[in-house]
Formats: sequence, structure tokens, C-alpha cells
Amino acid sequence: MRRELPLAICFIMGVIMTVQFFIPHRYSQWLFENMLRWLIIVFTFALILGILSLIKLHIQKVQYRRRDWLYSIVALTGLGLSLVTGFMKGPESISEGQPFMTLYNYVQIPMQATMFSLLAFYIASAAFRTFRARTLEATLLLIAAVVVMLGRVSFAAIFKDLSLGFSTWVESWLPGFAEWVLDYPNMAAKRGIMIGIGLGAISTALKIILGIERSWLGGGD
Amino acid sequence: MNIFEKFLYIDRRWIFILVALAVAVPLVFPLGLAVTTSPPVENVYNEIESLKPGTPVLISVDYDPATQPELGPMTIALLRHCIARKLPVIVTVLVPGGPGLAVDITSKVAEEMGAQRDVDYTLLGYKVGVSAVILSLGQDFRISYPRDYYNTPLDEIPLMKNVKNYNDVGLVVSISGTVIPEYWVAYAHERYGQKVAAGVTAVMAADFYPYLQTGQLVGLVGGLKGAAEYEKLIDRPADGLKGMDAQTIVHLLIVVFIILGNVAYIFMRRAKKRSEASAR
Repeated sequence: MRRELPLAICFIMGVIMTVQFFIPHRYSQWLFENMLRWLIIVFTFALILGILSLIKLHIQKVQYRRRDWLYSIVALTGLGLSLVTGFMKGPESISEGQPFMTLYNYVQIPMQATMFSLLAFYIASAAFRTFRARTLEATLLLIAAVVVMLGRVSFAAIFKDLSLGFSTWVESWLPGFAEWVLDYPNMAAKRGIMIGIGLGAISTALKIILGIERSWLGGGD
Repeated sequence: MNIFEKFLYIDRRWIFILVALAVAVPLVFPLGLAVTTSPPVENVYNEIESLKPGTPVLISVDYDPATQPELGPMTIALLRHCIARKLPVIVTVLVPGGPGLAVDITSKVAEEMGAQRDVDYTLLGYKVGVSAVILSLGQDFRISYPRDYYNTPLDEIPLMKNVKNYNDVGLVVSISGTVIPEYWVAYAHERYGQKVAAGVTAVMAADFYPYLQTGQLVGLVGGLKGAAEYEKLIDRPADGLKGMDAQTIVHLLIVVFIILGNVAYIFMRRAKKRSEASAR
């Protein structure tokens, strides 16, 4: 019963919502709107479940002194501080100068921005060490990357500022070629991938609705 | 190990120092490099220009602090443009880390431009469940947002009184460092026919070009360059244009690294072949 009931709910709702999509009647719209309300409620509970799962995982890590357990203390402290400062003053906690916003502005923003900014350093290092014209394909990729990288910034302006004669040519040709790379070869490849993903998503959805794919139920079945 | 091998296996910290300098020096001593605009950004600008004053524009702040330095400038430029054109702005957030950024940006731009909350702009805040929220806005904004971020019922907000669903919104702009704009295309554009534009990080911009060609996205603002272009179009230079100097120099440095790396690699390969031939 623990498996049959979720499978039955999934099948019935999957079929109802698929059929509903093609029926513009007001009862159908009423059903759709109510389902959306339910969906948002379910998502909210899933979020709470996720937070509880995170807390449990880190508490266990600290309890059994697993590898890097000290980082778990940092994670739990951060989570606890955010929750306490967030709930402490209710809706007011999002005002400027409140502890919650201070934590957000001076801890979370700089930390996350720093993590993302590190990409520039790693990309530069990787470009130097690994981006090699070993084969024809790799050479084409390399040329495309260089053109797009230079075409997407103010590269031509450097030529202009240095009064190099061919700045106008670079200014008109380089961004145009970069756009061409994005508009044609990039888009052709991307579209092929997207069509593949779309077909895969349809088949997976059908398999889930029909109960063929059951990994979402958990366990080894 | 020959000289080329030594060069190829140089301590990576030297590379990091050069990148740090390439970022910091142009920020301290701006070069003022000119920026040229591109059609995807011009299309977003033209779409907003074509809207009649009073037509609401929905800007969805779908990013968190990680991508704030890259996406913040374009959000500010778009808000400035809408407010200057007297287009009321509805701000939503679909990622949990975003509300603080939305509060900060909207309040700063509003203060600077003398815009009034709930009249010129409104902040609806964060709601969990990306697809469900986007779909619900097509039915009725009140399904997902019975109240705004500041707990005011939507019916009491002057700006929202005549806004029921996408039919009352001129344009949706999703600004994100994730695939959330694809959800806006799939659910808001495809199901409800809502015009959608996107603002994304530079690394993600290439992924959205197919939607531009099909018209599913009316325009695309990509990365800091896109923000700089938009600032140029609205004639309000800000962080986007300032940052372009640093980004240009860093891109140039990376290209130099690629060239040097390949030159060293070619010479190393030749040297190896020669030594192998002489060994035979």
C-alpha cells in the first residue's frame, strides 16, 4: 500500500492535469488554479523538509565526528543565526540596519560574490594550462572562444585609443563575427541538445505517470 | 624539463596575481573604453520604449548574491529605464537568496529617482516553486501573492488594482544566473503569450540564443557587457560601464594566456619529437 497509493495519486493527477491543459472550461480553470495553490503549499513543505534534512545531516556529522565536522558547526551556526535574526523582528527584520539584513549584506553577499568571482582566476589558469590546439576540433573551439571573448568586450576600443589604424575594421568585424558564432554554430548545437532534452523530459514524465519509472518513491525498487 | 615545459608548469599563483592586477588596475584607473551595443540588448530597450506609459513591467529578480556583481547593474539599468518611462514595475523573486537584493536595489533606485512604492513600483517578494508561481501569475497574481513583501494585501496596492494576470503586463524580464528564464519562456510565453526578455550571466548567454531566434525571448541582456550596453542606451553610465574596462583587460589577458600556452606547447612538442628522433 505504501507504494501503490503514491503511484495511483501520481497516475490520476498526471492524467487529469494533462487532459485539463486542453480544456478551457471554467471548471477546468478552477481545478488548475486550485492545483497551483496546492503545488505552492507542497513546495513550501518540501523546503521545510529540506531544511530539517540539512540540520539532521550536519548534526550527525558533528555527533560522530565525521570528516570536516567543524564545517558542519559553521553551517549550523549560520543557519541558526539567520533563523533567529529573521524571526526575531518579524517582517521588520528585512529593513536596513536590522541584524538579519546586516548578516545578509556583510556576510552572505560578499561570501557568495567571492566564490563566484574565483572563477576568473581558475578560468585564466585553465586557459593557460589546458586549452590546447591539439586537434582540428580543438583548434576550431579555441578560435571560436577567442573571437567570442574579444567580441563581447570593448577590445576594439583599445585599438582606437592607441590610434592603431585598423580599429574601425576590428570594431565592425569582431563583434559581428562573435554574434555570428553565437547565432549559428552555437545555436545549431544548442538546439539539438534542447530537442534531445525535451524528448527525454516527455518520455520520463510519461514513464513516471504510468508507473514505469519508480525511483522517485525511494528505495531500490 | 626544457624551458617550454618549465613555462607551461609555472606556479599558478603568478597567473592569479596577473588576473588580480588586470581586474584591480582598471577599476582604480578607469580607461573609459567605448562600448558598442548589440541587437539582443537593443531589442529589450526598444521593447520597453514601445510600451505606453502606465503599462506595468514585471522584473523578476531570479538571482542570489553569487551573481549580484554581474546581474545587479542590469537590474538597476532596467529599473531606471522603466521608472523614467513612467512604466510601473512589479518585482518578483524566485530564488530564496534574492529578496534582500531586490529590497536593496528597488529602494535605492526609487530613492534616486523619486519613485513611490506601491505607485511606481511594488515588491511582491519571494515565493517557492518556480513553475507553479509563473503559471499562477498567468491566472491571477493573487494566487501566489495575496500580499506583497511588506505584507500589504495586493488589492490595497494602487499599482496592482488593475493588474490581474499577464494580460495586464506589458513585458516580463527575468534576470537570472540559472535556467529560470527558460521557465518564463515555457510557462509565461508559451502558455499565456506573455512577452518575455531575459538578463543572464555572460557564461549563460549562449544558451538563450535559440529563444531569441524563435521570438520566444524579445531580447537578451548578457553579462556585464549587456548591462554596460543598456546603460549606454539609456545614457546613464554606472557600474556596468565601469566594470567593462576590467573585464576587457581580463579577457585580453586570458587570450594572451591561451596564445602563450599554445606557443609553448607547440615548441615543447617539437623539442620532444627532435629528442625522440635523435635517440633513435
